Amino acid sequence: MARSLLIVSRQAPWSGPHAREALDMALAGGAYDLPIALLFLDDGVFQLQRGQQPGALEQKDLGANLQALPLFGVESLYACRHSLQTRGLAEDTLLLPVQVLDAPGLRELLDAHDEVVTI
Amino acid sequence: MKFAIALFAAPHSPASRRALRFAEAVLAGGHEIVRVFLYQDGVHSASANAVAPQDERDITADWQRFVERHGLDGVVCIAAALRRGVLDTDEARRYGRPAANLAPGWQLSGLGQLHEAVQTADRLVCFGGP
Repeated sequence: MARSLLIVSRQAPWSGPHAREALDMALAGGAYDLPIALLFLDDGVFQLQRGQQPGALEQKDLGANLQALPLFGVESLYACRHSLQTRGLAEDTLLLPVQVLDAPGLRELLDAHDEVVTI
Repeated sequence: MKFAIALFAAPHSPASRRALRFAEAVLAGGHEIVRVFLYQDGVHSASANAVAPQDERDITADWQRFVERHGLDGVVCIAAALRRGVLDTDEARRYGRPAANLAPGWQLSGLGQLHEAVQTADRLVCFGGP
C-alpha cells in the first residue's frame, strides 16, 4: 500500500513561490496516484480567498491552479479553522471545498499520515 | 533504516548545515539514504558557484563532497532550480543561458523523485520548512 503524505501549506500566495511550490508538490503526487492530502495553515489559508487580483503584484493567479487539485486526484483538502478566523476569512466563501478542522481534527490529520511536509 | 532527506532552505541557513550533519549521522549509524532531494531555496546547495567567506564553512562544497563520496542519489527539483538559476549544461543550452552551475554529484529531475523517495524510504526527514 502506498505511503500517505500530508503537505502543510503555510504561506500566503503573494509571499514568494512557497504556495505554488507546495501546490506543485501536491499535484505531482496526485499525478502519480499517491495518497496526498493538503492542509492550509496559518497564512496559507489566504490561498483560499476568492477574488484576489494578483495582477496588481505582477503575479499569476494561483487560484486557477488550486482548482486543478481534484482533477489530479487530490481531494483530501483541509484548512485550519483558527487560521481562517484570525484572518477574517469566512468558511463558506472559500475557493476550494476544504474540510475545516479544529485543533483535535488537526492532530488526527497529522497522526493519520505516514509523512508530513511543511512548506 | 532507509531515510529520504529533503532540504528546502538556502545553503547559508542553519537548516542546510543541520541536514548535512543529519545525513552524515545517518550513514555513520549504518543506515541508508535512498535520496537527498533539494527543493525551494534548497536548490542553491547544489550550485557550484556559491563562494563562502574563507573563515566560514563552505556548505555547498561539503554537500558536493558528501554526495559524491558516498555515491548518493542527489536530486535537485528542476522547476525550483530553473527559477533560481541552478542549471546543468542541457538547461543552460535550452534556455540560452551563458553558463551551467550545477555541481557534480547532483542531477536535475522532477518532483516525482521526491514522491518516489517517500514511497521507498522508511522515513522522510525535511529540513528548512517555514
